[in-house]
Order: sequence, then structure tokens, then C-alpha cells
Amino acid sequence: MNVRSQISMVFHLDKCIGCHTCSVACKNIWTDRKGAEYMWWNNVETKPGTGYPTKWEDQDIYQGGWVKNGDTVSLKGAGKLKGLKNIFHNPNMPVLDDYYEPWAYRYQDLFDAPEGNDQPIGRAVSLITGEPMEIQAGPNWDDDLSGTPDYARQDVNFKHLSKAEQEAMFQLEKMTFHYLPRICNHCLNPACVGSCPSGALYKRGEDGVVLINQERCRAWRMCVTACPYKKSYYNWNTGKSEKCVLCYPRLESAQAPACMHSCVGRIRYLGVMLYDADQIQAVASCDESQIVDRHLGIYLDPHDPAVIKAAKINGIADSTIKAAQNSPVYKFVKEWKIALPLHPEFRTLPNLFYVPPLLPAMASVSEDGKYDTVSEHLLTGVEKLRVPIRYLSSLFTAGNDQKVVDVFKRLHAVRVSRRNTTVKDVSESQLNSVMNDAGIDVHMANAIFRLTSLATFEERFVIPAAHREEAIEMLENTGDYKGSTGFGFKEKPARGL
Amino acid sequence: MLDFLLFGALPYVALAVMLIGSIYRYTKNGFQVSSLSSQFLEGRQLFFGSQFFHWGMIMLFLGHLIGFLIPSAVLAWNGDPVRLLVLEFSAFGFALSSLIGILLLIKRRLTTKRIQMVSNNMDYVVYAVILVQIISGLAVAYYGRWGSNWFASVMTPYLRSVFAFNPNVDVIAQLSTSNEMALLMVKTHITSAFVIIGIIPFTRFVHFLVAPVDYIWRKYQLVIWNWNNKEIRNSRNYFPGKSRDFRNN
Ligand code: HEM
Ligand code: SF4
Ligand code: SF4
Repeated sequence: MNVRSQISMVFHLDKCIGCHTCSVACKNIWTDRKGAEYMWWNNVETKPGTGYPTKWEDQDIYQGGWVKNGDTVSLKGAGKLKGLKNIFHNPNMPVLDDYYEPWAYRYQDLFDAPEGNDQPIGRAVSLITGEPMEIQAGPNWDDDLSGTPDYARQDVNFKHLSKAEQEAMFQLEKMTFHYLPRICNHCLNPACVGSCPSGALYKRGEDGVVLINQERCRAWRMCVTACPYKKSYYNWNTGKSEKCVLCYPRLESAQAPACMHSCVGRIRYLGVMLYDADQIQAVASCDESQIVDRHLGIYLDPHDPAVIKAAKINGIADSTIKAAQNSPVYKFVKEWKIALPLHPEFRTLPNLFYVPPLLPAMASVSEDGKYDTVSEHLLTGVEKLRVPIRYLSSLFTAGNDQKVVDVFKRLHAVRVSRRNTTVKDVSESQLNSVMNDAGIDVHMANAIFRLTSLATFEERFVIPAAHREEAIEMLENTGDYKGSTGFGFKEKPARGL
Repeated sequence: MLDFLLFGALPYVALAVMLIGSIYRYTKNGFQVSSLSSQFLEGRQLFFGSQFFHWGMIMLFLGHLIGFLIPSAVLAWNGDPVRLLVLEFSAFGFALSSLIGILLLIKRRLTTKRIQMVSNNMDYVVYAVILVQIISGLAVAYYGRWGSNWFASVMTPYLRSVFAFNPNVDVIAQLSTSNEMALLMVKTHITSAFVIIGIIPFTRFVHFLVAPVDYIWRKYQLVIWNWNNKEIRNSRNYFPGKSRDFRNN
């Protein structure tokens, strides 16, 4: 057992209101620069929809991620042979128009326009060429457009749905959509790292954050292709690739990443997971039918004495182990089993988990023309959900419907249990059967309810101390410097005249 | 005199500038070492331009390298006229491929507005020297037959003398051939080669100094630790790190 610690995340999709505050917070801090205008390290897309960049999930187009190759995995569209062969021109790389051409408006024209009979307008100009342009697409161009032929119906996940199932999704009365906020997953088996010919990308040992060394990136742009989530971006101005840094300067000072801190729906959770690094290859290359179980199985129980011992042998700090024990992510993913990885079939072992959206319960109209909101009718089983299970299983479980149903039974049981506590119109037999079916008790239901709806900042973000201060001990004998001028100064800070 | 400047002095100036400049740029300003790919802004025209150009260029480079390292093998190969022709024609083919490639790249850069936004003067300098280099190379092959023999028997000794710090300028200066054009082209080809070497640190040419050969034997995954967790939390290490151990202090 080779225990390592990983900062991981949970996004609760039922809570996302699609406000894009997260995206804007990230943009303001990190990508508000020339060459990065088009980048959204955090983006929120509407599902069903084509996403950003368009159809990013379709690996027949972009050739991202890993594929099983015997008892190991190889990169689908990059790697030693394919990558170096394609280094002069990368046929699978998304180009600007697959994202969108960033623009601004000529606001000054509004003021400078001569007096006349028409309203002055501020035309859109390209942020790349500076020329007037027709806007074709934007970072969330499919926002709320469920049902439209150009976006929703082009969703890549429909590959796995029959025509009838697809049509059912677009019936007006049953129309459904949900939001999917995405950031880099800081994967355990990152395809971006594996694909980089110059070794500029790496995973930080201490907390598992995946970074690009800007000094070593040479614009071979293989990571852009290899990341199946399209979360590594090419900066056309500097000639370097960039990606989500999980706000590591904030993490190191125990602040939540900007997207998480600002999240209006409070859908985001962040915490430590301990995992067994020796298993990565075996898990990443397992059979596709097992990939979710094996992936979730790589995370270790932080309360298990054997795990704690192995963690200490690996030099993991006590504070980190404690954070792992209090991790909200551990609860969602391992204890309650209601969070799933996005597209596990890409085999990068992502560390961002989603609580799939149960979506609104549907009330029917009763005989007297009123909405029937009696629990018994309102909270019917998961079979009556608006969104086809197939669709969600294509997103979150590599096609395993049962796994999604299991999660939904739990989420449903939590609602029935809370309904029982607050409205009190649930019969005991109904409650018992729902809870038994889901395999949870009232205690767990309350815990899920609490962390989902009432959790404080400290409960949602359990960030271990980075212990950056200990780094100095690797370099200097701190005792030697006692009483001297301090670590940061090169010379004595002499008092000025 | 000109000959001495071009073939006796220029090589050293170029090599020195290249070495010092590249090392300086790599160590002091790694951020500026990049192939500056523009595929993100324009991919379709780049495909033909870049592929034709680079594959031709790499093959020619390897060809010159073999001629430099093992000239006897080249001469032996050329002993048979059929093989000589095969070699000459493939080299000519690769040069044509590079030429077509670079012309496509130039056209692409000049006519694409988006690419214009990421172009600078040095990009055009690069195009110019490459054009001179490829065209003079083609001319040498055409006028002065057979270039591969000649490279192995004249050029290699000259280059080796340069690297031995005892440049034998005379071999080049006193080259006599019935064909004036061939002579002129040979001299141009050598001169512009050294110019290319000299301007490496100031242009996007740096990108082939950092060609990612080590990727071939590297492990795919890369994990980097800020510090050594095990050592730092070991209570027996009073002062871990550069092992200024308590006892030795
Ligand atoms: C194995 C070595 C080499 C590698 C891996 C390499 C790779 C690349 C890459 C990735 C680009 C960017 C293409 C793009 O815009 O996406 C590029 C551009 C370029 N390379 Fe190379 N290259 C190599 C050798 C060379 C050599 C030997 C030369 C010339 C002597 C050369 C000259 C150029 C030029 C002029 C460009 C600019 C093309 C343009 O944008 O118009 N390269 N190279
Ligand atoms: S999501 Fe993409 S960029 Fe992020 S670690 Fe995984 S492979 Fe790399
Ligand atoms: S800020 Fe939160 S609620 Fe708003 S879109 Fe982002 S993830 Fe969803």
C-alpha cells in the first residue's frame, strides 16, 4: 500500500442553479489576460447539450483519454508514437472555432456617435484580430437550450439512447435539463501528464494538484488533445498551455478555490481523499464494466488503523489524515455512495464527483383541478423520473444503469425521510419500504440532508494545512539562522538614513 | 579575405552566439522557449505546410549528419551509380518537400489575419534564411553533381577542421569547379547555414534545440514533490535536508 493524499471534490448537481458565478470568479482571477480570453477553466454547461468546446465528450473527434491495452492503458490520440508522429501538426487538436472567438464591444462608439435618427450601436470586435465580427458562439452558447436541434439534440451521450428514449426526453411536458459545472478533475491517472513530450505537466505529490510548468512547456500542445475533458487549454499569445490550478495558492493558505468559495448554490465540496497509488495502473486498465467500482475502491478508509499507519510511513502529516477523516468528499463518495465520477470510461480516474440530479418531482393534477402534492403521489419511485436513467448512466457510470438507480434510491429516500419529519404525511410502511430499498437509515438520511442543505463553510471545505512552512527545513538548518536576519533577506535589512 | 570572414570567422561567431545565447535564454528565460505553435488559430493550411516542411527538413538534417559523422559510408554507398541516384533523388525530393512546405507556411502567415496577430519580424527573418538555405541547397544539387559525394569528401573535412579549431578555409576558398553557379551556391549554402545557427537564440529556432527526445524513454506519469515527506517528519532528523545533522554541527 502506497498511501497518497489527494484533494478531491464533489459537485451536487441538484443544487446548481446555473448562475455561472463560479466561471466568472475563476475568469477574474486567472484567465482575464491576452491569449486566455477564450479559456474557462471552470465552465457550466447545460445538459443535454454539446458543451464547451463543442462535443468535447466525443472522443471519436478529439481522441482524448486512455484506452485499455491488455493489462495497461495507452493514450487514445497521443503518447510516444502517435504524439511524436503528429507533433508538427496535431490532427485531433481543437482549434479556436471549436471553442468560440472571444469578443468585446466598441462601447466608445456609443458615446462618440454623431447625433442622428438612429440609436448608436457598439459593434462586436474580435479580441484576437480586433476586427468587427459576427458572433457565432460563446462559452455557454447552449445555456438553457434544452430541446433545441442545434444543441440539445446533438448531445454526444445520445449515442447510447434509442430514438424513442431520445424523443421522450424532448416531449414538452417532460422536458428536462440540468447544469453540469466542470473544472479540471486533477485525475489520478492524468492523460495530460502522460501526453506531454517535454514533461512540463506533473502531479504534485503532496496534494495531487495537476500543474503545467510554464517554463518547460514548449507548445507541443499534446495535453490539449489528450485531456478527454478538454481542460487543458492553449494560450495562443504566449505559446504555452494552461490549465486549472485548483487555486493552489489559496488552498495552501486554507482558503477554498475561488469557484467553490463563490458558488451561489453551495453545490461544491472539497476535501482530502487517501488513495493507494500502487493500484493506479490496475484500476485504470480494468474492464469497463468494473471501472466505477474499481475507481471508487482505490480510495482508502482514513479511519482504518492500517491505512493510518501506512499513511504515516509515507510521511503524510497528522493534520492531513485528520482532514481526510472529516472529508465531505469521503462521505458523499464512500460512506453514502451518492456521488459518481464524470465519464469514468475515459480512464483518467478523475477526482471530481457528481451527485447526479434527481430533478424535480412531478406533481400531477388531481380531479378537482389542483396540484396533487400528497407525498404518496408526489414522491413516487425513481422509475417515474423525468430524465432517462440511460442518459445519466452514459454521463456518470459508463453505461451502468443500476449504479445510477442505486444513487437515486438513496436521494429519494432522503426526501421521503425529510418529508416524514417536516410534513408528516408519509405512512410508516412507505417510509420503511423506501429506506430499506435504498439501504440507508434515518440517521444517514439526516446526515445527508444536513451536509446537502445546511452545511457551513467549514463543513463543505475541509482543507488540510499545506505545511509549506516545513519546506524550508529541507533546505536550511533553521537553528543556524536563529537571531540572524531571517530567511527572506539576502542581506541585513539596514536601517535607512 | 571575404572567404576567411565567411568560412573562418563566421562559424565561430555563430557557434559562440548560439551556445551562449541559447543557454542564457534557456536558463534565464525558459518561458520564452517554445515552438510558438499557431495551430490553434489556423489548422488546415498548417497541416500541409508544416508536415511537408518539417519531414523534409528532418530528413535533410539527418542526411547531413550522416555525411558528417560517417563520410566513408556515404562514399561507399555512392560507389554504385544506381544507389548514388537513389540518394541524390531522395535528397532532392526532401528539399522540394521543404520548399513547398515553407512556401505554404509563408502564404498562410501572410494571408491569415489571425496568424498575422501572432507574427513578429523574426518570423519573417526565419522564413528568409530558410528560403535561401533550401534554394541554395537545391541549386547545389542541380549544378554541382554529385552533392552527396562532394559533401562527404570536401565539406566533412572542412566542418571537422572547424570543430577542431583549425579551420581549413582553403578547401572552400580554393574550390574549383567548371560551374561558377555551383560555386556560388555552395558558398551561399554554407554561409546561410551558419547564419541560421547564429540566430537560433533570437528566433523560434530554439524549438528544435528542445526537441522532446527524452519523451521516448520517460515514464508516462510524472509526480513531483515539493519536499520529501518521509524525511521531514522523521523525528530522528533534527535538521533534515542537506543533512546538516545535529552531530556534525
Ligand atoms: C524534431 C525537431 C522539431 C520539432 C519537434 C518541431 C516542431 C515544431 C512545431 C510543433 C511547430 C509549431 C507548428 C504550429 O504552428 O503548430 C514548429 C514550427 C516551425 N518549425 Fe519546427 N520542429 C522541429 C524542427 C525544425 C527544424 C529543423 C526547423 C528549421 C530548420 C524548423 C522550423 C520551423 C519553423 C520555421 C516553424 C514555423 C512555422 C510557421 O508557423 O510558419 N523546425 N516546429
Ligand atoms: S481533467 Fe484533464 S487536464 Fe485535468 S488532470 Fe485530468 S486529464 Fe489532466
Ligand atoms: S456558482 Fe455554483 S450554482 Fe452557480 S453555476 Fe457555478 S456551480 Fe452552479
